Amino acid sequence: MALVAGRRRREHGIAWLAIAPAVALLILLLFGPILAVAVFSFTDWQIGSSSLRFLGLDNYRALFADGVFWKALANTALYVAIVVPGTVILGLAVALLIEARPALRSFYRAAHFLPVMSTMAAMAIVWSTMLHPTIGLVNRLLAEFGISGVNWLRDERTVLPALAVIGIWQSFGFAMVLFVAGLKSIPQSLFDAAAIDGADGLLDRLRTVTLPMLGPVTMFVLILTAKRAFEVFDTVRVLTKGGPNFASDVLLHRLYTESFDFLRTGYGAALTVVYLAVVMLLTRAQARILDRRVHYT
Amino acid sequence: MTAPKRRSTMSPRLRMEGLARHGALLLTTAFALVPFVWMISLSLKPPEEIFQPAFHLLPQTFHGFDNYRIAVTAAPMHRFLLNGLFVCAAIFFLQMLVCVPCAYALAKLRFRGRDTLFSVVLLGLLIPPQALAIPHFVLLHVFGLLDTYAALILPWMISTLGIFLMRQFFRAIPDELIDAARLDGLGEFEIIWRVMLPVAVPALTAFGIFSVVAHWNDLFWPLIAVRNEDLSTPALGMLLFRDDEAGQFTGPLMAGAVIIVAPLILAFLFAQQRFIDSISFTASN
Repeated sequence: MALVAGRRRREHGIAWLAIAPAVALLILLLFGPILAVAVFSFTDWQIGSSSLRFLGLDNYRALFADGVFWKALANTALYVAIVVPGTVILGLAVALLIEARPALRSFYRAAHFLPVMSTMAAMAIVWSTMLHPTIGLVNRLLAEFGISGVNWLRDERTVLPALAVIGIWQSFGFAMVLFVAGLKSIPQSLFDAAAIDGADGLLDRLRTVTLPMLGPVTMFVLILTAKRAFEVFDTVRVLTKGGPNFASDVLLHRLYTESFDFLRTGYGAALTVVYLAVVMLLTRAQARILDRRVHYT
Repeated sequence: MTAPKRRSTMSPRLRMEGLARHGALLLTTAFALVPFVWMISLSLKPPEEIFQPAFHLLPQTFHGFDNYRIAVTAAPMHRFLLNGLFVCAAIFFLQMLVCVPCAYALAKLRFRGRDTLFSVVLLGLLIPPQALAIPHFVLLHVFGLLDTYAALILPWMISTLGIFLMRQFFRAIPDELIDAARLDGLGEFEIIWRVMLPVAVPALTAFGIFSVVAHWNDLFWPLIAVRNEDLSTPALGMLLFRDDEAGQFTGPLMAGAVIIVAPLILAFLFAQQRFIDSISFTASN
């Protein structure tokens, strides 16, 4: 008995020693900072300044009265609304095509995954030369068909869709890989059963077995893609800085600009809290959907 | 009788399907790869060819040597790559040092507060790292660490994802292995580093690739943490080079992009399967 109790105490001690660094850092670098952001958001503090005044909800009031904030929020929503369906549909189509036959399978998979690995800051610059009004590939191609292209990244109407296409380019290979994993986990017996029921054509199999079985993976890809799309920053910073006339400004770029270009810490903190709330809401939706998936299966 | 007949009628259809598949995939492959081809093509061309109305994939006059020379002399490209390597390695090393013991305790030891700690880790998974930028900046400012390597590394020391992934992996390791090690007289920390760590190499590799890819490509935090060009990581270095005088010229700019993008792409091409598995495994947890 005493031996067991001693052993327990020893295990306790060792466990606490093992988790101590992680716990200290969780407080110092994760939860402390979240608390700090919330506190900053109620003050007029600026980085480096020694005075601090409590403002209550003034920062939030200013934020919600700021047209640029609403513009950035709307732009972010529109960007997500283009990138998410584009990525999911293209990723699913490519995954189905790749898995349909073995020929060149691994080549196709690697080729589509390349953009996922690439440094976006560098590839964004490459895209800017491709979208260049005169020497760019896109307008050269359009000219072949007698269409005169626009200055994609300097035109208020086209800048956000152009950034969204770059976003789809970067993430559809990622969606493809997750869909391929989903496809591989569909048991062959289901296809056999469908074949017995007379569904042995490609489209029949797709409709009766493949797509229904991919439901959960699709939900998962949808949420992951949405999360990544909400975090769009690199292309905006490198290519447009939110312009022209805020037509491509997004939440995270606003957060960066207010906090670190203009050094309005309190205001930036309020923006951070709003950004955090949006992302958390999305994650809650994710948890709920994953829950439902568990109940259904 | 029916089987061979059926095969002969299916065969042309199957061949058509195969061709259609290649046709469609060629289009999407082009979409994925064109920016890389375009980048390499321009990086080999003299300025007048880049601006001429007729486009050729291959340069008429090879200007690649000059473009790459301008890129590496105008900006410290090798510094950017070495900084990337050093910062990513340091981040992953520290993450491992912090996460592995904690994950082991969460998976294999009984102690008060274990469930609480685990739910705190799960909560931490939900926090987007960009939301921590302001307090991290303030913290580093207070300690006078802004614009140092420490500023690039320290905020990432703790990874709730790392703890979570390693805990899941350790849980699947049978207790007998640990009991045997205890009977051999090994202390708990010896068990962590000398027994569990070698077993956990697959999980560590997966998390390592994920961590390195994320921090090599990260622009948001380096943009905040450092001003000094000599400390820039690849993504930030690329941006500084673009805004520099030499970056006004498309040829050298594309050469610079090739240099920045190449290391991860090459690593990926060498270990494709591992990369794909690791990214999808880590993301799906």
